[in-house]
Amino acid sequence: MSREILQVSGLSMRFGGLLAVNGVALTVKEKQVVALIGPNGAGKTTVFNCLTGFYKPSGGSILLDGQPIQGLPGHQIARRGVVRTFQNVRLFKEMTALENLLIAQHRHLNTNFFAGLFKTPNFRRSEKEAMERAAYWLEKVNLTEFANRTAGTLAYGQQRRLEIARCMMTQPRIIMLDEPAAGLNPKETEDLKALISYLRESHNLTVLLIEHDMKLVMSISDHIVVINQGTPLADGTPEQIRGNADVIKAYLGEA
Amino acid sequence: MNRNLKQALFSALLVWAVAFPVLGLKLSIDGIRLVVHSQGNFTLSIIAVCSLLMFLRVLFDRQWSAVMGQRSGRKLVPPSVSNFLTLPKTQRWIILGLIVVALIWPFFGSRGAVDIATLILIYVMLGLGLNIVVGLAGLLDLGYVGFYAVGAYTYAMLSHYLGWGFWICLPIAGLMAATFGFLLGFPVLRLRGDYLAIVTLGFGEIIRLFLRNLTDWTGGPNGISNIDKPSFFGLSFERRAAEGMQTFHEYFGLPYNSINKVIFLYLVALLLALAALFVINRLLRMPIGRAWEALREDEIACRALGLNPTVIKLSAFTLGATFAGFAGSFFAARQGLVTPESFTFIESAIILAIVVLGGMGSQLGVILAAIVMILLPELMREFSEYRMLMFGAMMVLMMIWRPQGLLPMQRPHMELRR
Repeated sequence: MSREILQVSGLSMRFGGLLAVNGVALTVKEKQVVALIGPNGAGKTTVFNCLTGFYKPSGGSILLDGQPIQGLPGHQIARRGVVRTFQNVRLFKEMTALENLLIAQHRHLNTNFFAGLFKTPNFRRSEKEAMERAAYWLEKVNLTEFANRTAGTLAYGQQRRLEIARCMMTQPRIIMLDEPAAGLNPKETEDLKALISYLRESHNLTVLLIEHDMKLVMSISDHIVVINQGTPLADGTPEQIRGNADVIKAYLGEA
Repeated sequence: MNRNLKQALFSALLVWAVAFPVLGLKLSIDGIRLVVHSQGNFTLSIIAVCSLLMFLRVLFDRQWSAVMGQRSGRKLVPPSVSNFLTLPKTQRWIILGLIVVALIWPFFGSRGAVDIATLILIYVMLGLGLNIVVGLAGLLDLGYVGFYAVGAYTYAMLSHYLGWGFWICLPIAGLMAATFGFLLGFPVLRLRGDYLAIVTLGFGEIIRLFLRNLTDWTGGPNGISNIDKPSFFGLSFERRAAEGMQTFHEYFGLPYNSINKVIFLYLVALLLALAALFVINRLLRMPIGRAWEALREDEIACRALGLNPTVIKLSAFTLGATFAGFAGSFFAARQGLVTPESFTFIESAIILAIVVLGGMGSQLGVILAAIVMILLPELMREFSEYRMLMFGAMMVLMMIWRPQGLLPMQRPHMELRR
């Protein structure tokens, strides 16, 4: 059995009088795909925002490899290897696809001011390697021919793929996808599924996702956590969730 | 039609209301009293003609816009030309051309012309520096002149109290301005947009007032005078050298000519401006330059990718301030005198206008805008009191004609080559 990489317990988030997330717990093991599902407004994205440091959780603990990360600023959590995509794609729209990928590598590059000023060999090598890594991932998400197009002019599905590639440039350990299949056609959803499996198999990536497409969720998840109105409703394997009466009630209402 | 007529009448009246008190009346002093005269029939008839034209223009507004609509199909500058001019490659050649012109210019221009060119170069430096903060990183900084003042006073004080030369003080001035940029940037950079603009505006004024009230050190409103000019490898450009120094004309056995000093100052300014141009040009292609632009576009996405927004913003702020520091110390050396009044808000506004008029983020645009902004008021001196009015009108026209700036630049994209 693989190691537990992310342990969340008793997570709660309060906005003034509104308790948006209340006592959510989840455990993610290495190389697992875990899905977070629930009706609209259940607090799934809020959980994501807490995990990635965009919100400071009001209570509970988040352990990454046994180290507490709750309350750290977003960029530090990202540096520890937890990166995310956004529900509405957030690319740098005026920059090219390639540049989007270069920016994500910022931390791994030679950012010495004088090295860049005088183009030292070290700087050139660092830039060249960045280009190669970017080219590799552009090919993996089938965007090589669009490398020099500005990201804002790409089709929606392409933008989604570029955002995932951009996350991969930071060399993450956990990738968190917020509704990655929203707005994709069935063919693109299939490609996405293949991409997620590829990430997990060849890059030892742990995937946490929020998704409404049940077919996708049921087919790729190892574990599913259901949230309703900010509180955990159920968790288990896809089979267990499919047969859970509470979940069905939450989604379909009282029979 | 009725509504049109009403509007037209109103507009015509408005022309009278605006023009008559400003142009139609004249104040003169009679003994101890101020007397109002009429300006004479000629001026009045011009105002009358203007108001009539305005009346017709508003009355036939619809017909007018129909005619203009047909014409606007053709652009003043064809899109292909415009596209060609905004390409980074074209702009690089234009900049090279400008540099060549700038190098031979002082040996043909008159003394006054070289002097103005030096002033323009100071503003080019300032514009390029502010361009990092506003154009690239997207942080609206209204107190930029504060760092300019820090640079100027650093050199002035080091020269006045310690007798240090320009070339030693130049890097120190840059460093001081950078330190101030860093210290001021730290608390304010969590703010965005309008709030940041107001706070930086405040900081710019604080620095000026501080320098003004620190009378014991800075001479207060009188400033510091008799600041040494830069020397050429230890050779002075004065008629008679100070103790232990040699003059340029004696060393090279030339007759003394005061224009040598002006030309030398110009060349120093050119050197500094070129250095700024080179550094910023490289920055654009470095990871930090990319990060600035990314931050301007989407701060949240930057954070999600592990980029620390505070560090990136601070680096832009600090680097921008450094260039202001260099420009400031050169300014102090050229003038030989610094007073707090040289660093009022209007200076910040002019520098910001240079960046915006030039086209945000474009270096060639900044250079052209600096030339326009400094040269136009000089050229229009003959129009005396109408000078600023014409200047304002030109800026309004410019914003109508080219709202994106004189010469915006398409960003130099990194290309994937296969």
